Amino acid sequence: MKDERLTERSVDMKDIKIAARGVQVYYGDTHAIKDVDVEIQDKTVTAFIGPSGCGKSTFLRCLNRMNDTIDSARVEGDIRLDGEDIYDPRVDPVQLRARVGMVFQKPNPFPKSIYDNVAYGPKIHGMARNKADLDDIVERALRRAALWDEAKDRLQAPGTGLSGGQQQRLCIARAVATEPEVLLMDEPCSALDPIATDQVENLIHELRQNYSVVIVTHSMQQAARVSQKTAFFHLGHLVEYGETGQIFTNPRDTRTESYITGRIG
Amino acid sequence: MPLLWLVLTVLALAAAGFFVARQRALASAGGEARKLHSLPSYYGFNAVILTIAPAMALIAIWAMAEPTLIEWRVSGAIPESVAADPGARSLIMADVRRIAEGLNTAVEQGALTAEQARDIGGNIAEVRAQLAELGILLGSDVQPEVLEAAQSYRALGTTGNTALTVLALLLAIGGFAIAVMKSDSDFRARNSVERGVLTILVAAASIAILTTVGIVLSMVFETWSFFGMYSWTEFFFGLEWAPQFHGGSELGLLPLLWGTLYISFIALLFSVPVGLFAAIYLAEYAGRKTRAIAKPMIEILAGIPTIVYGLFALITVGPLLRDYFAEPLGFGTSASSVMTAGLVMGIMLIPFVSSLSDDIIGAVPQSLRDGSLGVGATKSETIKKVVLPAALPGIVGAVLLAASRAIGETMIVVLGAGASAQLDLNPFEAMTTVTVKIVGQLTGDTDFSSAETLVAFALGFTLFVITLGLNVLALYIVRRYREQYE
Repeated sequence: MKDERLTERSVDMKDIKIAARGVQVYYGDTHAIKDVDVEIQDKTVTAFIGPSGCGKSTFLRCLNRMNDTIDSARVEGDIRLDGEDIYDPRVDPVQLRARVGMVFQKPNPFPKSIYDNVAYGPKIHGMARNKADLDDIVERALRRAALWDEAKDRLQAPGTGLSGGQQQRLCIARAVATEPEVLLMDEPCSALDPIATDQVENLIHELRQNYSVVIVTHSMQQAARVSQKTAFFHLGHLVEYGETGQIFTNPRDTRTESYITGRIG
Repeated sequence: MPLLWLVLTVLALAAAGFFVARQRALASAGGEARKLHSLPSYYGFNAVILTIAPAMALIAIWAMAEPTLIEWRVSGAIPESVAADPGARSLIMADVRRIAEGLNTAVEQGALTAEQARDIGGNIAEVRAQLAELGILLGSDVQPEVLEAAQSYRALGTTGNTALTVLALLLAIGGFAIAVMKSDSDFRARNSVERGVLTILVAAASIAILTTVGIVLSMVFETWSFFGMYSWTEFFFGLEWAPQFHGGSELGLLPLLWGTLYISFIALLFSVPVGLFAAIYLAEYAGRKTRAIAKPMIEILAGIPTIVYGLFALITVGPLLRDYFAEPLGFGTSASSVMTAGLVMGIMLIPFVSSLSDDIIGAVPQSLRDGSLGVGATKSETIKKVVLPAALPGIVGAVLLAASRAIGETMIVVLGAGASAQLDLNPFEAMTTVTVKIVGQLTGDTDFSSAETLVAFALGFTLFVITLGLNVLALYIVRRYREQYE
């Protein structure tokens, strides 16, 4: 009993997982993110909402340095994961991406078997001592992504043969298999039907027990359903950031209000 | 009517048909284009297609079939007494053609009138002198039978030409008339043009296929007659290649095939890793500016004629390999070697491998790379474990294409590896390939009834079968292992 209260309290304390200060992103001459400050809490789902082209995906990709793979992108400012500057030259972006996993807009399973898709990260990072260990990791990841029951009899079938929703859950399993601390999701449901969306949203609830989840979404209902914190981006600015309930019922900024009531965006 | 004029007439008729049909269609709708089933120009194009297509098809078929038919008729008419055997007959036919053409030229140039040319038969010596004046020299005295044949050759040509002109014009006019009659507001010209376009496209595809069939058939016939003179077991399993033009040749395929495969193997051993790594660099690492310069530079290699590569092999690579590798290591003293030809051929193949592989790697979706980088893989891990496996079928295709090129290559081998057919494992020994020997057997004085010449077709057919097999294998691999990206 005592233990339970302790864990509850540690959730309640809401440690800050990622702290961003004065972040600027440029694509060539375009100023895509303008001076964004945000603090993302541990074991919380944070939603980024805003109209298309407002920079929410760009900002998300700053958090695991995926923007490094785009030649013209330049990031300034200070982003700390557990107090450590992730843009410090001593930080290995590859190691960082193992700690900050990512799920993309379109399901992108590798053209390999379901098993190999999930085992991909653990193999690269040498997380398994032997085959049995790897089997365990794969099973755990698939269970966490709520795909185990559907996939356990066809682990050697190609991942690309699954349905769209299953593919996206496979990608989530692939991301959680490396035991990340933060999971970034870039519109993970935009290519899915309502049933698959529901499954992924339930999954996000589950994942919150262990991870800090940041989700970019176009659907305000989805943000309201899954997140505890919401950030509203507009034209590269972070306009408003706060408790999801407060943002949707009592926004402080008129732009936020216009967007969630459907007048802009 | 000369062919050119006939074609121009048909074209003019078609152009007229375009306007007449368009006009008629418009008139039937009272000048209002909106009431027509199709846009006005479709009625015009329908007329163009109906006028041109049948007439042109007839002209094309005629042009292909007519010479053979006339030849056959005239040759059949020459009596046995003049042409005893097929060889003499073909010589006489050459004379017949020359006299006929000579007489035609004489008429065109005004040296003879058409009647004189037709009645010239009486004075044979005069024919010879007159043709000599026009620059057409006849080998022997013209026999009356030959002159007669030449006259019938001319007559058949003229009759044929007249028949063709009449038929083609009838077809063109018929098509024109039908198209114009049909052109009213209810006629579905658009759909009719669609069918016409389809027919033209199918005809173009058929020409490509029929040509392939023709090539294969001609090879098969010559190969067949070769195996009538030479035992196929000795050809396919013979270990000796020693053609003798006075008979008793050893025509074993194996030394040549061995040389071909050995040289191709070395070429691929060199070009596949280099080409593939170059492609990976260009596709995954190089910046846009580097790529813009480096890719065309590599592709320049593909534009160098192979004879120039041959020179490079002969004067640079060959002596270099001999002086620094073969002689010090005791492998031999020959500048022409399998190694020389293989290396230079490898250089030639680099752009084939790299350019195709680069395109294929570039076609792997970025989302797969993102997915791999997103779980914390490095760039080279991503390439090794995700990008290359996804691109593998295409890369295998590129390699097999390069292999086909290597097997068919001739000039580099002649200059780099020499022309001595032997079975040897030493890569610094001179060897030769199938293609080089095909050239060797077909140049100089050739007699198409001897095994030594016809063996070239058997060699060519063997190569054809091998490269066909490679292509089929490539297709199979690509189909079997094609990864579904989406």
